[in-house]
Amino acid sequence: MKKKSLAQQILGAPYILWSALFVIVPLVIVVYYAFTDAEGAFTLANVAKLREYKEVFMISIEYSFIATVICLLVSYPFAYLMSRKKGATQRIMMMLVMLPMWMNLLIRTYSWMNILEKNGLINNFLGLFGIEPLKMIGTPGAVIFGMIYNYIPYMILPIYTVMSKIDVSVLEAAEDLGSNSFSKLRRIILPMSMPGVISGFTMVFVPSVSTFYISQKLGGKIMLIGDAIEKQIQSLYNYNLGAALSLVLMVMILICMALMKKFAGDSNDGLIM
Amino acid sequence: MKKTLGNLFIALIYIILYAPLLVMVFFSFNEAKSTTVFTGFSLKWYAELFSSSDTMTALRNTLVLAVTSAVIATVIGTAAAVYMYKLRSRAWKASLDMVTNLPMMNPEIVTGVSMMLLFVFVGRLIGASNSLSFGTLLIAHVTFNLPYVILNVLPKLNQTDPHLAEAALDLGSTPMEAFFKVTLPSIMPGIVSGMIMAFTMSLDDFVISYYTTGSDFQTLPLKIFAMTKKTVKPDMYALSSVIFLTVLVLLLVVNISQIRQEKKDQGK
Repeated sequence: MKKKSLAQQILGAPYILWSALFVIVPLVIVVYYAFTDAEGAFTLANVAKLREYKEVFMISIEYSFIATVICLLVSYPFAYLMSRKKGATQRIMMMLVMLPMWMNLLIRTYSWMNILEKNGLINNFLGLFGIEPLKMIGTPGAVIFGMIYNYIPYMILPIYTVMSKIDVSVLEAAEDLGSNSFSKLRRIILPMSMPGVISGFTMVFVPSVSTFYISQKLGGKIMLIGDAIEKQIQSLYNYNLGAALSLVLMVMILICMALMKKFAGDSNDGLIM
Repeated sequence: MKKTLGNLFIALIYIILYAPLLVMVFFSFNEAKSTTVFTGFSLKWYAELFSSSDTMTALRNTLVLAVTSAVIATVIGTAAAVYMYKLRSRAWKASLDMVTNLPMMNPEIVTGVSMMLLFVFVGRLIGASNSLSFGTLLIAHVTFNLPYVILNVLPKLNQTDPHLAEAALDLGSTPMEAFFKVTLPSIMPGIVSGMIMAFTMSLDDFVISYYTTGSDFQTLPLKIFAMTKKTVKPDMYALSSVIFLTVLVLLLVVNISQIRQEKKDQGK
């Protein structure tokens, strides 16, 4: 028995060591950098400076929240329609949704820039009819669209997964008992798909709120949290302020996750009915 | 009527999803330097791409990194999954689960920055002027690949019948033999899909690489980022089209083998 547990320890040791060194320690280091200056002395200056970034944080949360909600509103009917198709069709449809994700995000976003920019494809097309070019790049709408476009598969996938598991006979039973479409949606489909909605919500919100490439290419001068971190770390080499910004972003997201989890737990209880 | 509307909606979503990809492929064949005005068909950007030593180096770097990090993550991750599967202590199991999920929940930029700060910190301690290199990039990639391997292998372990390994032990095989002859073959599909996933994640990663690589090691996504800082020529689109085609083939192979596996399972 003792021998077996030793073998087990040896199996787990590399991973435990690896995670401690490269997952846990880096987070401690972020905290360390956030509360020290360039010489390594303790300071609250970085934290105090965060006040200047209030606007940046508000905009990031606002844009990514709007993007997530629109993703949900589009994905929900899409996933529902998909789950009503034949098995083979569903499989192909899902593959077609995931396929663009395998194209690097940088290129997808750059390509949208080509479509939307001042001398871009849409404006060139409109120009054929003598329509003045529209300003799309550099607007909040373009950034939000970029977020929706790049992350919507993360919303469709979990919602579709839960919807495809809803037993058709439950819906038929509801129909037999006199439910109309609306009450079927409200009493069966919505509650049963809640876990998918919640995981989709976090899977879209987290990358949206922390992006920096999308805003750089589609947002013109619009600055999000990710841009602020990137600027501090990669161009100004102010690792301490960069760490403070990252710390706030991380804490914010962990709180969001915890809330979501609690919310998901409640709705799972509701599932038992 | 309702059905037509539904299908129209579906079609619209697919058009939007694929619009930038079509633009990319289309303009990769452009004769001119522009990525918005098409002047004529040409393959010259593809020719330029394959003769550019810069691009070929980046491609080789990307592949070396993806293969190495996927293999290391698969070995450590599979061992870890077996360990976690056998764990009895609930609290310890829960904390390990949390650590496994952490890199997936944390925004990529935070993971990248936190690892970079670790490397810079350690670099300063040992007095190295530039601590970021291929080594640090490899560590970062293994770290974000590990959860994908574990999360692919663990469910397979849960599906296996524990009595089989016990039977092997009863029949006189050593725990080592029991593992390699009984457990390992039954979790193989999970290990393979975990490894493929880790490989593609590493292939595609930009954000974490951006923070953890040194100036002497450039991967394709990093090269693309550098190229998109300036006005882009169609050669980048040609490059992306080639990558896309490769991924498409890889994905088809995985999907077809999955369908075959399912059919085999149904036949049982």
